[in-house]
Amino acid sequence: MSDGFSYADFAAALLAPEPDARPAWLSDDQVARFAVYRNNLHHGLGQALGEAYPVVRRLVGDDFFKATARLFIAAVPPRQRSLALYGDGFADFLDGFEPAQAVPYLADVARLERAWLESLHAADAAPLAPETLADLDEALATTRFEAHPAARLIHSEHPVVSIWQANQDDATGGEIEDRPEAALICRARDTVTVRALSAADGAFAAALLDCASAAEAACDGADVVGVFQVLLTDGAFTALHPEH
Amino acid sequence: MLPIRAGVGFKPQHADAALAAAGAVGWLEVHPENYMVDGGPRHAVLSRMRERFPLSLHAVATSLGGAEPPDGDHLKALRALADRYQPAQVSEHLAWSAHDGVYLADLLPMPRARAVLDRLVENIDQVQTALGRRILIENPSNYLELPDADLAEPDFLVEAAQRAGCGLLLDVNNIHVSAHNLGFAAAEYLDAVPGDLVEEIHLAGHAVDDAVSPPLLIDDHSSAVPDPVWALYRDALGKYGPKPTLIEWDTDVPEWLVLRAEADAADTILRHAVEQAA
Repeated sequence: MSDGFSYADFAAALLAPEPDARPAWLSDDQVARFAVYRNNLHHGLGQALGEAYPVVRRLVGDDFFKATARLFIAAVPPRQRSLALYGDGFADFLDGFEPAQAVPYLADVARLERAWLESLHAADAAPLAPETLADLDEALATTRFEAHPAARLIHSEHPVVSIWQANQDDATGGEIEDRPEAALICRARDTVTVRALSAADGAFAAALLDCASAAEAACDGADVVGVFQVLLTDGAFTALHPEH
Repeated sequence: MLPIRAGVGFKPQHADAALAAAGAVGWLEVHPENYMVDGGPRHAVLSRMRERFPLSLHAVATSLGGAEPPDGDHLKALRALADRYQPAQVSEHLAWSAHDGVYLADLLPMPRARAVLDRLVENIDQVQTALGRRILIENPSNYLELPDADLAEPDFLVEAAQRAGCGLLLDVNNIHVSAHNLGFAAAEYLDAVPGDLVEEIHLAGHAVDDAVSPPLLIDDHSSAVPDPVWALYRDALGKYGPKPTLIEWDTDVPEWLVLRAEADAADTILRHAVEQAA
């Protein structure tokens, strides 16, 4: 076949972050034509990434986000043939991305947004009814719970939920206290919910979601009753298994 | 089989309006890749739409024209969606979109060499086997002529369809765009395609990039179908008879009524073609 065309060269030139990248066989008068495909790829993937991380984009601004996206696309191109969940690993990428270090909470905001997207597209399941717990009584301490497929928990040294909420379109504003926060992300039915927990409550909730009993999960400073309440209200479990 | 009606590319923001006027458009088309998720609102909405409309799955990621066979996991995901939604039609593009495990998220141009055609036929066969059904393949919009083409695009497309036993989806806007960009006659393209292979037609708008010289037409699906594309559509139906026709509008998506008016315009032309054919 052709002595010039190669799929590998074409793909490499598309993905390269340098705007003048091109396959070796391309003649000078074809550069603008090849650019249509490069633009399609970077625009399409950049848009998918921007829709997955709207608060990160808002925090750094469109130009910074676009430049960052080009480098991320070259470093972590999609391997799934669907862009619905493109962008896994963006938080880790930001952790190691020198120009983003000026915003110390940026990567954790990305972790929250990733959890939100995973929750949105996770398998549907009926959440455990809150009143189920009332029947358990003393067995509660040794009962294990099954996490809902859409439940996620993120820990942060920063007020990550407060920052995320302050950057929603319907945000009301107000002071953000600099403190660690955990984020509980659930989707009992159609709508994803995001709730702030203290670091201790977050550690307790994470252990319960990871199949520990309340007795095993107990940690200093956690509000045991309060955590159970929010986990059940938000629909973080699908089933429970009392210890016999 | 899709009805001989105009359908539209489905956007979730149109769900309620489309359901309130079911029958105003004949069918809906979606990219199955957008529904390759376990659950959530996307499936909930599409399930509601499927109760009222025939559905076409228009794939973009099987990479039929690639250097490699289709990805097995991806074909399983596509089969699962086809089993779940029971589409009236499944189609893909004469293009490649993945290489060496990386999904490039675009419909890329393939060399029209004999050896590539053999592999394309093999790839179409694998997709049809995995899905347990015949598919349609669509002519792409072209911006770049690749070296060493053995066949003109319509001949390449027709031979692939005849050898693989699949049908054709003719995108009339893509023919118009490619004819302008690569310098061939759109009418000759239509003449080279036998009508019995054509089972669906796509219509869309395009943009003009005049920052380059000569200007390129860009198939961006961001506007109404322009007059030259309507004219080519009438010519196509004149040659092939009436065919299910899709309005694609994917960027700067308009209100439902604007999209529906485009479908109404296509339906009017289709009705005329049905009368002519009778």
